[in-house]
Amino acid sequence: MTESPRTHLDQLENQSIFIFREAYHSFKNIAMPWSMGKDSNVLIWLALKSFFGKIPFPVLHIDTTYEFPEMLEFREWATAHYQLKLIVKINEEARARGIGYETHDPVTVTHELKTVALQQALAEYKWDALITGIRRDEDPTRAKERYFSPRNAQFEWDYKDQPPEFWGQFAATTTKGEHVRVQPLLDWTEVDIWRYIQRENIPIPQMYFARNGQRFRSLGCSPITKPITSNATTIDEIVTELESTRTSERAGRAQDHHERNAMQKLRAKGFL
Amino acid sequence: MTRNAESLKVVFVGHVDHGKSTLIGRILHDTESLPEGKIDQIKQACAAEGMEFEFAFVLDALLEEQEQNVTIDTTQIPFRTSRRRYAIIDAPGHKEFLKNMITGASNADAAVLVIAASEGVREQSRRHAYLLTLLGIKQVIVVVNKMDLVDFSEQRFQEIKTEYQKFLVDLDLTARCFVPASAKSGENVAHKSEALRWYHGPTVLEALDATEPTASLVDLPFRFCVQDVYRFDERRIIAGRIETGTLRAGDELIFSPANKSSKVQTIERWNTEKNGVAIAGDSIGITLTEQIFVERGYVASHQTETPIETNRFRADLFWIAREPLRVGAPYTVRLATQDVKCQVVSIEQVMDSSTLEIKIDKYEQLDRNEVGRLTIQTRAPLVLDNHDRIANLGRFALVDDGEIRGGGTIFGGIYTDRTVAKSKNISWTGGKITPGQRALQTGHRGAVVWFTGLSGAGKSTIAQALERELFSRAMNTYVLDGDNIRHGLNSNLGFSPEDRVENIRRVSEVAKLMADSGVVVITAFISPYLMDRRRAREIALEGNAEFVEVFVEAPLEVCEARDPKNLYKKARAGEIRDFTGIDAPYEPPEDPEIIVQTDRQTVDESVATILEHLLPRLKADSADE
Ligand SMILES: Nc1nc2c(ncn2[C@@H]2O[C@H](COP(=O)(O)OP(=O)(O)OP(=O)(O)O)[C@@H](O)[C@H]2O)c(=O)[nH]1
Ligand SMILES: [Mg+2]
Repeated sequence: MTESPRTHLDQLENQSIFIFREAYHSFKNIAMPWSMGKDSNVLIWLALKSFFGKIPFPVLHIDTTYEFPEMLEFREWATAHYQLKLIVKINEEARARGIGYETHDPVTVTHELKTVALQQALAEYKWDALITGIRRDEDPTRAKERYFSPRNAQFEWDYKDQPPEFWGQFAATTTKGEHVRVQPLLDWTEVDIWRYIQRENIPIPQMYFARNGQRFRSLGCSPITKPITSNATTIDEIVTELESTRTSERAGRAQDHHERNAMQKLRAKGFL
Repeated sequence: MTRNAESLKVVFVGHVDHGKSTLIGRILHDTESLPEGKIDQIKQACAAEGMEFEFAFVLDALLEEQEQNVTIDTTQIPFRTSRRRYAIIDAPGHKEFLKNMITGASNADAAVLVIAASEGVREQSRRHAYLLTLLGIKQVIVVVNKMDLVDFSEQRFQEIKTEYQKFLVDLDLTARCFVPASAKSGENVAHKSEALRWYHGPTVLEALDATEPTASLVDLPFRFCVQDVYRFDERRIIAGRIETGTLRAGDELIFSPANKSSKVQTIERWNTEKNGVAIAGDSIGITLTEQIFVERGYVASHQTETPIETNRFRADLFWIAREPLRVGAPYTVRLATQDVKCQVVSIEQVMDSSTLEIKIDKYEQLDRNEVGRLTIQTRAPLVLDNHDRIANLGRFALVDDGEIRGGGTIFGGIYTDRTVAKSKNISWTGGKITPGQRALQTGHRGAVVWFTGLSGAGKSTIAQALERELFSRAMNTYVLDGDNIRHGLNSNLGFSPEDRVENIRRVSEVAKLMADSGVVVITAFISPYLMDRRRAREIALEGNAEFVEVFVEAPLEVCEARDPKNLYKKARAGEIRDFTGIDAPYEPPEDPEIIVQTDRQTVDESVATILEHLLPRLKADSADE
């Protein structure tokens, strides 16, 4: 009996699991940001696969206070279902100062309520690695990322001088105050994510599926995330839709389009 | 479509500015692989900043890259033709970013080497080809780009082809084909070109589609590299990746470097139907039928095709750090999941990788971006294969101070020899000696491993087996027991309660000194009194040594039945007095670090239990904490 060759999805899955396990070995104190979005849930799933059903580190939800109620419901359900160690972080200080989409531009708000909140959580819990669900195909600067990507104490990404990474050997050390972003989904595309959700039957929030001719393709804060016109109510329909439209995934996210290379500027400052 | 074959990874390399990124951008554009509006969006952005539009900006997304029109870092982009799936890797051509070029090229199956017709063969055109051979990439397509700048001249194309082919012959590399093209105008990239009428070969895209997937890793001898051992529940799962070959439940495996064997009980995957087979590339877990000790770094193979185990090997190595590599300086080899201290014993050859000239006057160091042929000596045995046999276990990164500084491929290892004698290390930089420095040199901390238990419980046997295990890991270790203490140091002591106390006190002090000198001391005395053992612990801790108490437990009846030295019999007969368990008390430990139960565990299992707890405590990096 010969074993059938591995599919593209098998290969992606194997590679991600390998990265998860390397990260778990390399770092003492890990957390995994979790937005409840589709990529995030694939990440949870891959972590379950990596560690045989138990995620041995906390998951972190950066709650911007502009979350869709449905997403919060999903959060509660999944936390219990997967027995996650959930940490919720809100930048209370910024909210107290009145930072919000009602009064400020999306770049400022995203920076304060996501990046700064993450910095606060990191200062509090002293994680030395964060496992993120970013993918190369989301944005051209993300395309330049490594699987293990160090960030300094100011959270800056030194994209002009990234450590070499080859043959499954990663930059796995940190000095005080630094942390490493571990990015197991880097090689996945949006279609891969959907195909995998379908194959594995991974639970995701229902907002990704069309209701009344609209669905969300990417989910962020409620005031700045716009649904797209769509009738796709199944994963097959979503994939068909994606293969025919060719518009970019984050088109519905306002903070990316505010100015030229907004994403690079956000990311250089520590945004995921 | 779900069943489709693996994607081919192709890296684009060549001299700076010769058009690699442009060519990729052009391919993606001409095959309609870009998101709608992507090109328009870049054009608008360029117009707004008064810059000329470049196809390269599809990949060169960083502001700094666009401003200077240069690729800084590598990126990867999926793409498909009707024939197959690709991952296209853009690599920078600037010498400054060689580490990024290597990062990009290291995983590729094939390469497109771009040479601008206007400039011809340049320094990185040659260096990159050389690095491709070192990385084991054998399929190379040469694209002679910017043909529009030389009026699509056939003569110019032939000149370059002849010159470059000659260079490739020296490298033992044959290009699959030479393709003239213009990335900027799209000539002969995805479509045949009128301007290149004289050319009858494939377009760039056709040449890509004609490359073959590399030989399957499944057909090579089996290698499984242990990443970790998980105990999240009652199961003990050995997690890792199969680098090559096939594994079936029930297979008998040899774990190197310990040379222990066990059958595979199950192949574990979460939420997946069990089918008992796993192949190259699979990230799996396994459970074993015997509870042998296994840890990260171990390599499992089948008995018939074991890897090489050695502490000395030869390699070709590229060096990409600012600080030069120096003979004799300490580094760490990372090979698959192994992590072993090493030093470079000698550099036999340094090659200028762009001219292939051998520098004969250099053998003390390797400068940035140079490639050397050298000999490396490791502190503990390393499990490896020759690169040309099993590439995944024949390549390694050289690490200094936690950072990857270079990488190499191994050649010339001999397979039959599994007992290469451990030769002494050369000279390691010294200074004022702290426990941390000692640990750095030996690769582990000193410690006192204190066995306690009844006579006949198995202390000496297990102590010796443990000593051997540690020794085979190139660790400094020594057993103190009645045989070597009672006859010398403590020859003036008897077995009265006072003498027993003094006996243990002296052993405690000696053990502390030895641990302080970096040795893992194993003491094998009955040491029946809680108080004595508590003091042994205090003495060790005063000396900053790790103290690990191991309760070697067996019921009195069992020990008495074993009675290896007939001591119980004599005690029962009243021939000896104050015998522990008979007419003297034994106070079992309240909270020992480790318990082994010798009436239920074999010696090997007991040693495995101890190693599992002990080894993490001996890690060198925690010595100065
Ligand atoms: N005339 C002409 N110009 C070209 C062609 N291909 C690329 N160029 C130009 O050459 C310059 C460099 O192109 P890139 O694609 O950035 O070169 P590269 O090889 O990726 O450079 P690095 O990544 O920095 O090593 C750009 O200005 C391109 O427009 C071509 O076929 N003809
Ligand atoms: Mg380029």
